[in-house]
Amino acid sequence: MSKTLFEKIWDKHIVKTIDGGPSVLYIDKHLIHEVTSPQAFAGIEKRGIQIFRPKQIVATADHNVPTLNQHLPIKEQLSRLQVETLIKNCANHNIELYGLGHPYQGIVHVIGPELGITQPGMTIVCGDSHTSTHGAFGSIAFGIGTSEVEMVFATQCLLQSKPKQMRINVNGSLKKAVLAKDIVLYILAKISASGATGYAVEYAGSTIRSLSMEGRMTVCNMSIEMGARCGLIAPDETTFNYMQGKKFAPQGNDWDKALQYWKTLYSDDDATFDKEINIDAADISPMITYGTNPGMGIGVNELIPSDSAINEGDRPSFEKAMKYMGIAPGAAIKGQKVDYVFIGSCTNSRIEDLRLVANFVKGKHKAKDVEVWIVPGSKQVEQQAKNEGIDKIFEEAGFQLRQPGCSACLGMNEDKIPAGKYCISTSNRNFEGRQGAGARTLLASPLSAAAAAITGHVTDVSELI
Amino acid sequence: MSKNKISIIHSGFVPLNIENVDTDQIIPARFLKATTREGFGKNLFRDWRYENDDETKPKKDFALNNPKYRGEILVAGKNFGCGSSREHAAWAIHDYGFRAVVSSFFADIFKNNALNNGVLPVTVSESFLKKIFALNEDATISISLPDQTITIDATGEKENFEINSYKKECLINGFDDIDYLINIKSDIEKFESARSI
Ligand code: SF4
Repeated sequence: MSKTLFEKIWDKHIVKTIDGGPSVLYIDKHLIHEVTSPQAFAGIEKRGIQIFRPKQIVATADHNVPTLNQHLPIKEQLSRLQVETLIKNCANHNIELYGLGHPYQGIVHVIGPELGITQPGMTIVCGDSHTSTHGAFGSIAFGIGTSEVEMVFATQCLLQSKPKQMRINVNGSLKKAVLAKDIVLYILAKISASGATGYAVEYAGSTIRSLSMEGRMTVCNMSIEMGARCGLIAPDETTFNYMQGKKFAPQGNDWDKALQYWKTLYSDDDATFDKEINIDAADISPMITYGTNPGMGIGVNELIPSDSAINEGDRPSFEKAMKYMGIAPGAAIKGQKVDYVFIGSCTNSRIEDLRLVANFVKGKHKAKDVEVWIVPGSKQVEQQAKNEGIDKIFEEAGFQLRQPGCSACLGMNEDKIPAGKYCISTSNRNFEGRQGAGARTLLASPLSAAAAAITGHVTDVSELI
Repeated sequence: MSKNKISIIHSGFVPLNIENVDTDQIIPARFLKATTREGFGKNLFRDWRYENDDETKPKKDFALNNPKYRGEILVAGKNFGCGSSREHAAWAIHDYGFRAVVSSFFADIFKNNALNNGVLPVTVSESFLKKIFALNEDATISISLPDQTITIDATGEKENFEINSYKKECLINGFDDIDYLINIKSDIEKFESARSI
């Protein structure tokens, strides 16, 4: 029987199916971090049970960590306690931890792939919604809640019902200065922040195939912003080349065996999808969001919708968003002043993102009143940037290269955007208060963010290249 | 950990006529630093509830601050619970005292998290949701999990809702997924050894 990529992986991981209910899905890899794990550890301890498969778990500290002076104790008491709790829990339960100070530390969705922990054909979970990132390798990867973290601790399994299947095909060549981030913001603007709820989304088509692994991760990362259970892309030569030689990737004979299996991971020609969407890459411009959910995005040269263009039912939410953002319906977004530029997060903090930005800003300087934070996704990315001299380019441009962590992606650590200020951000969420209470977020690609850093306002980066 | 059993809920409600309520609003990130599950209710919808994060300045036009709205049922616009997977959102809703959330559409992860924490997500049609939003402040609603129905008490208008039979059993009996999974551990071990051959 013909199957989708998702179904091939899913079927291989079903332990059993409950009549009229969900299936028991076996989980290959479980990634954990300090925020969503403490209550799960407490839960299994209370039950008096052991962690079932500690070797299949990897931990890091990312959400709460400062991005300056990481060698010093964490100042904020509750953050420190959470990170210390993770250290203690991992030691007690024999779990590998890449914590602060470790050369592999970083954002959980950056380190998994760069260490080769993430592999095609796997099931991967983490108590974090952007686990969808790992689907870029052709795996089923999704975010879970803390009770589910506890279930995986206890049994390496979860109860899941099979999602519907959607395929989004993007074909053709991209215009100048249009990046993977623009593709996914464009899809979001088309199908909305709930457009893929209940679906597993496979991204396909020549444009997706032409993306690097970093670009594919950016696209899959934001699947959750459409409501999708997960996003995935069939593995190919690009994937295999990326995987080869990674620390935890299979070696020697194991590699050959794995490769053989990985090459079977694609949707069969006659596989059926519940929904299919086709997108022409030529229609995509550098994108930017103007509202308070990631589906509220437009091409940088377009106008923000006016009230009358919004369905009556959606108007209260639209007006609430515009009020929060301090932006007028019907106005241009280009030229909007920005106060902060944040280049980082599990969406866009990989070495390719930093290289692109460095290439663009070389010899330029940031605008006077703008604060620019570049936060690498991991220690390895940070080190690589230094090896390549990218840190010097940033320094000369007046950009601050900080240390790895989630940083200003969420207002949880010390890096917050002050109330009322505008931040152009390469992260994935522009919700009210996401970057700090009252902060106003404009989501964009690393190039668009870099362009705004130079000019001090929202700019069409393609005009500067 | 099973919170409570759910069977029939009969109560007033709190209307939150807003779409795409994300979990960052339900419980802002800065309150996620706890290492226990308790006490999140007091920060539920924190930034919508208070002026400048100041508990002495409740925002008057926010439904949770309106003493006339009371009850165990939260009613919200479509795509409730989108965004971050933080289960703290479900904990906060439960801790505040809600036992059911009614909307025309729920985000996936939130729905699971709610079900795992004794909060019943009830999906109704757009038109039924509109009717609830149009009710008076003192109106009451009845939700029956065994019958899978939601009824507006004053008018008797009724709608059925979906829930899979396994989850329904769990909630009615106060079981949870983890109990089930622990009980089938030998099956899991068998699965593991079969695939390593
Ligand atoms: S970078 Fe942002 S989205 Fe990614 S894991 Fe961290 S907080 Fe979540």
